[in-house]
Amino acid sequence: MAAEFVARGADLELVGIRKEFPGFVAIEDLDLKIPAGEFFALLGPSGCGKTTTLRLVAGLDSPTKGKILIGNKDVTADKPHERPVNTVFQNYALFPHMSVVENVAFGLKQRKVSDPMPKAVDALKLVELEHLAQRRPQQLSGGQQQRVALARALVNRPSLLLLDEPLGALDLKLRRQMQVELKAIQMEVGLTFLHVTHDQEEAMDMADTVAVMNKGRIEQMGAPEALYERPKTIFVSKFLGQSNLFVGDVAESNADSVSINVAGNKITVPTKRAEKTTGKIVIGVRPEKATFHEDQAPEASSGLNVIGPGKIIDIRFTGVSNQYLIEVPQIGNITVFAQNVGKSPVTELGAKVWVSWKVEHSFGLSDLPVDNGEGK
Amino acid sequence: MATLALKPQKLATAQPKKSRIVLLLLLPGLIYLGLFFITPFAALITTSLQQPVLGGGIGQYQPGLEFGNYAFVVGEYLEQIIRSFIYATVATLLALAFSYPIAYFIGVKARNYPILQGLMLTLVIAPFFISFLLRTFAWKEIFGQDSWVSNLLRDTGLMADNEFLLGTPLVVIFGLTYNFIPFMTLPLYTNLERLDTALLEAGSDLYAKPASTFWKVTFPLSIPGITSGTLLTFIPIAGDYVTASRSFLGSPNTAMLGNVIESNFLRIQDYPSAAALSVMLMAAIVVLVSIYIRRTGTEDLL
Amino acid sequence: MSRFSLGKYLLPTYTVLAFVFLMIPIAYTFVFSFNDPFKNTTGWQGFTFDNWTGVCNNIDVCLAFGNSVLIATTATTVSTILGTMLAIAVTRYEFKFRSSTNLLLFLPLATPEVVMGAGLAAQFLNAGIPKGIGTVIVAHILFTLSFVVVTVKARIATLDPKLEEAGRDLYAPPIRVFTKITLPLLLPGIMAASLLAFALSFDDYIITAFNSGTEVTFPKYVFAAAVRGIPPEANVIGSAVFFFAIALVLVFQIGGAMRAKSLAKKN
Repeated sequence: MAAEFVARGADLELVGIRKEFPGFVAIEDLDLKIPAGEFFALLGPSGCGKTTTLRLVAGLDSPTKGKILIGNKDVTADKPHERPVNTVFQNYALFPHMSVVENVAFGLKQRKVSDPMPKAVDALKLVELEHLAQRRPQQLSGGQQQRVALARALVNRPSLLLLDEPLGALDLKLRRQMQVELKAIQMEVGLTFLHVTHDQEEAMDMADTVAVMNKGRIEQMGAPEALYERPKTIFVSKFLGQSNLFVGDVAESNADSVSINVAGNKITVPTKRAEKTTGKIVIGVRPEKATFHEDQAPEASSGLNVIGPGKIIDIRFTGVSNQYLIEVPQIGNITVFAQNVGKSPVTELGAKVWVSWKVEHSFGLSDLPVDNGEGK
Repeated sequence: MATLALKPQKLATAQPKKSRIVLLLLLPGLIYLGLFFITPFAALITTSLQQPVLGGGIGQYQPGLEFGNYAFVVGEYLEQIIRSFIYATVATLLALAFSYPIAYFIGVKARNYPILQGLMLTLVIAPFFISFLLRTFAWKEIFGQDSWVSNLLRDTGLMADNEFLLGTPLVVIFGLTYNFIPFMTLPLYTNLERLDTALLEAGSDLYAKPASTFWKVTFPLSIPGITSGTLLTFIPIAGDYVTASRSFLGSPNTAMLGNVIESNFLRIQDYPSAAALSVMLMAAIVVLVSIYIRRTGTEDLL
Repeated sequence: MSRFSLGKYLLPTYTVLAFVFLMIPIAYTFVFSFNDPFKNTTGWQGFTFDNWTGVCNNIDVCLAFGNSVLIATTATTVSTILGTMLAIAVTRYEFKFRSSTNLLLFLPLATPEVVMGAGLAAQFLNAGIPKGIGTVIVAHILFTLSFVVVTVKARIATLDPKLEEAGRDLYAPPIRVFTKITLPLLLPGIMAASLLAFALSFDDYIITAFNSGTEVTFPKYVFAAAVRGIPPEANVIGSAVFFFAIALVLVFQIGGAMRAKSLAKKN
């Protein structure tokens, strides 16, 4: 069944894209290449330019500058209906005056493909909704509408499928479930997916490659694990999960490691995990990579970063882990996650503790915090 | 930052297109309005300045610049002009008082019952579907000399035997109010339908009594509806001449601007006077409307 | 819930009474359509179905009615087409004189009928065009046009632009996006607009009086008859038109409300 919809996805290439709207620049200068068959996620906060990028690819807006190539063919000047691209819209945009199956068959009919109806029914089978073919879209639940929108796009076997926050309107549970389904379908049909979302968990869960966008630019791009383990900018380190960041001047630097001095504490990062090795730099660590120690400081060794002493000012129980907020004088607050394995350290508010983590878990960032008087 | 964050998506989806197709869409309608709306205004203005043909018959005029026509009609018809203004104001206020509770009930209270809401809206506009003249005539009969209403008033001593209801300002204003009630109710309904009831709950949550919740929350929020309802009612009433005509509820003592324009134009064929009165009425309305536009912006109007 | 006690009894009672009041002239017209005309034309003379079964025994009223239908049909058709085009243009396109166009489209709504009627009549007079059915139709297109624009614009405002984008995305060229998506979705608004235009045109007296010359429309017939008393056949036509229009509106509104309700349930 699904074989019907297997199509060879095509590469998408954006070259020097710039998009201006009256009064502001949505995309500054964007170069991007998505290989065929990949599940690619554009991740960013609202207003970062990710939806604009998607609309440019769909042809719904045209770029101020730059070129868009699909399968090495320049489509910049093509109208939306001339592009081998289909979109799953944010609120699905199902035609309310047509039945579900008519919605799905719409694209086929426009292109005068033979037997549009049986093909549409097949597409509905793919998303397990063939029993609702004659309903009106308004009579379906959010999750069902989402699947109809997906079938309506997939049935055309586009070279490239665009998903504009396709799960944004669903509740959390359904969203996670649809994530799994969507990923399964993508694997099955082997299309190139360009997925736009502001939900980092969704992006990391589904995509082969994630590009984090901020203020009209791509800040960092890579596999989800790589992005998480090695964020390169402050924005990425904070947008994708949480981070403890430390700012300081480089005190020592050699081929293996770079160290900074933060209020008398030496913090080290492996040189291969540092973006910058001179001057003032930022070094960070993920909260779950850090641990804390009561009573006495752990033995400082070359493989361990130690900060302290500080005092626990907040403890939160979140189920899978406990989150501790530790205030260290002159440095600020550090967050530590300790997994809830039934024997978490017995601590109380106000306890005096030291924080440590392995040097290899540190990451060095390329930029410095914008000095807005808040410090940290 | 916050504005930057919100702006792009909105603009990207609802930005009006630029295209030459728009000319194709606009031209036929605009040409029509130009030919039959704008030039007639010009015709009214030139007609209002015409002078009689020397030695000509009734209804014969030649182009001129007789600004005296305006002075003449003001002097001659001041009574009717003032009367129109008073009748229209009173009838508009009555229509507002009558309509507000209904609009509130349909738009706010009945919100969860769409079928009932639809039914009541239909009842509000029902008078539109019976001929304007027939329904005015019905009131004429109901208030007629030998009607049970008149008899009742005479029997209870509220009206002397030689008095009539028809032809009195009271009945004319009543008729005007009745005839234009839907013009008031509908805009009020449209406005109140969008009223967020959470605001009312917030008001009472914050210790406001129902009456003060109404005056401090509901009423101020409904002012746009009141404004457009008032305009939509006042304007046609100011120009109406059916209700106040002798054939229906009025008498010579209740003649309004519309009656004067009608009789000057269609009966005594004094076109310049009719045109001058029309121009003045229109000018007054343009002033009224432009105050309204300044307060709400053109886009809200249409 | 005591804070809504005002709404609990007073408001519904008032609303019911207000509706009863609004229905009085309609009921009067309906009742008097069964009035036996043989003695006098005013006052109740006795019940009969004759007026309904033989409306056109009063040939004048039927001719007037026919004229009105002809005028209203023609005017509605033209003003619906022109008005829909204008409404789409001002809501969906960006052009230089957009706000002045909006103002121009609004002005006819703010013009009293007597001024519009007199203006057109003055122009026809100046141009030497004889008054007749044609001039009435021209006048009716003019004064219904802005009502169509307003109604269709309101419908366009509720139309999600994403639906049209989805159409473009699904390989429909602009023309087909319009015929397959935009137009069908606007249709309820366009129908409502033309119903309104028809009702306004059919019922118009003032503008017609200025521009019809000797042609008699239904309202003109009623106006002339009102001095002595309106023949029951006119009440028959008035009532019939009323019930027809109400039936149409009810189908529209109840249908819409039921759809809204069934959707609300499903979601």
